[in-house]
Amino acid sequence: MKRLLSLAAIGAALACAPAQAEDINVKIGVLTDMSSLYADLGGPGSVVAAKLAIADFTKDHPNVKVELISGDHQNKADVGSNLANQWFDVDKVDMIIDTPNSGVALAVSQIAASKNKLFIGSGPAASDLTGSKCNANTIHWTYDTWMLANGTGKAIVKTGGDTWFFLTADYAFGHALERDTGEVVEKNGGKVLGKVRHPLNTADFSSFLLQAQSSKAKVIGLANAGGDTVNSIKQAAEFGIVKGGQKLAGLLVFASDINALGLQTAQGLTFTETWYWDMNDANRAWTKRWQEERKAAGKFPTMVHAGVYSGVLHYLKARAALGGSPDGKTVTAKMKELKTDDPLFGKGEIRVDGRKIHDAYLFEVKKPSESKHPGDFYTLKATIPAAEAFRPLKEGGCPLVSG
Amino acid sequence: MFEIFGIPSAALFGQLLIGLINGSFYALLSLGLAVIFGMLNIINFAHGAQYMLGAFAAYLLLELLGVNYWWALLVAPLIVGLIGVVIERTLLQWLYKLDHLYGLLLTFGLALVIEGLVRNRYGSAGLPYTVPESLTGGTNLGFMFLPNYRAWVIAASLGVCLATWFVIERTKLGAYLRAATENPTLVRAFGINVPLMITLTYGFGAALAAFAGVMAAPIYNVSPQMGSSLIIVVFAVVVIGGMGSIMGAIVTGFGLGIVEGLTKVFFPEASNTVIFVVMAIVLLVRPAGLFGRRT
Repeated sequence: MKRLLSLAAIGAALACAPAQAEDINVKIGVLTDMSSLYADLGGPGSVVAAKLAIADFTKDHPNVKVELISGDHQNKADVGSNLANQWFDVDKVDMIIDTPNSGVALAVSQIAASKNKLFIGSGPAASDLTGSKCNANTIHWTYDTWMLANGTGKAIVKTGGDTWFFLTADYAFGHALERDTGEVVEKNGGKVLGKVRHPLNTADFSSFLLQAQSSKAKVIGLANAGGDTVNSIKQAAEFGIVKGGQKLAGLLVFASDINALGLQTAQGLTFTETWYWDMNDANRAWTKRWQEERKAAGKFPTMVHAGVYSGVLHYLKARAALGGSPDGKTVTAKMKELKTDDPLFGKGEIRVDGRKIHDAYLFEVKKPSESKHPGDFYTLKATIPAAEAFRPLKEGGCPLVSG
Repeated sequence: MFEIFGIPSAALFGQLLIGLINGSFYALLSLGLAVIFGMLNIINFAHGAQYMLGAFAAYLLLELLGVNYWWALLVAPLIVGLIGVVIERTLLQWLYKLDHLYGLLLTFGLALVIEGLVRNRYGSAGLPYTVPESLTGGTNLGFMFLPNYRAWVIAASLGVCLATWFVIERTKLGAYLRAATENPTLVRAFGINVPLMITLTYGFGAALAAFAGVMAAPIYNVSPQMGSSLIIVVFAVVVIGGMGSIMGAIVTGFGLGIVEGLTKVFFPEASNTVIFVVMAIVLLVRPAGLFGRRT
């Protein structure tokens, strides 16, 4: 009897002790394009970025146990939806992150909302994620089409590029980018002369470029991404489009694309990004770690990778602050309440519509002669302060804002 | 300038020419497929991967050894052709007596492995390869700007296609080859080394794909998936032309390039699917393909 009592006492003591450092179990899924045209701007590099964030966070919070899984959505909304459903229902994943390809991201965002889990989009661009399609379980992290349109579009219209022709990837992302950029062009006194929509993952752009050329527009806006952008820029050079006096506007360009094009072809291209690896010491140090973990010395992380790191870090902060296993809406609310602060993006915040806010930068690609070391791609032309970089809260039409 | 269906004739002629250029890639690739199918009865799904390997070989030759485009045009197909010979000797030769499906599955698996390996090493965004110095620039034809490089692509591909057709249909070597596919035992009885001929044929088919790959490197993104996105279209071309028909592969290759080019003007969103629509229609009317013979 005595022994039983003492056992009970020990048991009670053990039960109380973890109250100070209660174990928090977290499961994160990186849903991305592992094998196709967006695999270098997200893909395995995003998984590495998430790993780094987890390592950095759990170092100071050993009570947080994080499990990481990853999957390939193959740029198909149905494949992505199936994976998301399985992860949430069967594998008990708490949060899905990354997901380049706006079509897939919009689907996953809805699934996260219906199951009250969480989705953080670092890869997708469509501004609808925090606009008409916003919900209380989605955070849009790195960039969006409104920001790209205003950053690049405005800068080019102001320097005289007032007539535009769009080459648009024919799915949610391309349409959103074309719409947002078109609005910016017209608001700033320019005119959209025409557009042509090409299927996703097209190899040959010559027909489309020929149409753009004959439109006589001063600017050809590339509302596409990844391999599609690379092919259109490469073939535009071949058809003498830039030499003929027309300007190319790469509305969404990643460091991985510049790597694929080579500076010889990409030089002079102007575009907007929210993160560049060679901008400051913190970014360079992180890039080195990323390259070592990724086992790819010649590759450079993109803003999508940086966004995954920063998103995971902030998510874990919110989870540690809440403790237990709270539902998606509670975590999202906590993430919005806490100010964001990390080595890559600095200080920022998440708005009520789910939009993460930080500075954006207007870059120009260097000439081969100006590039001093591998990955030395861009010259910084302007910094767009966080307050101006993203769509004003009221204009998105997000029900969370009006309600 | 007059208009056809609301499209300025200049734009239309431009698209026709562009279609012809793309068609020359289809023709080159489907020619290799047709040769391999005609001689070996293997549906070579690794053809896209061999095309991609050609482009990567050109990149590596330039990057590591400083070998320029013109030499790459010769060396890369040789390397890939040699790899083809090894594949035939070690793997394919065991399958000839089995159903077509086994060859298809094996080559499909090979393509996935090769693509996966390249993607693992070089990533998916692709590698830079520029147009050779002597072919930069272009000519203004009035209705469109024709880059010199593209003009060269049409000429080279037409030349290679016709030469291949000539060798197979009009020479003694070609006659042996065709006879060997009909009755290998009999041809062997005449003292002709049939297995060697078959091996070299596969190597040649792979080399043709690599040749197309080197030609594609300066225009398209040199990336691991460049072959897989093209191979389905090329298969459709072969099926429309008639499996195994050399002339069918060449003519439908160019023809479908043009059909696709025109679709890009009138209804760009459908440009990826138009070839399959054509395939469905052709197969309904002529199940053996346009140039195929019923067996």
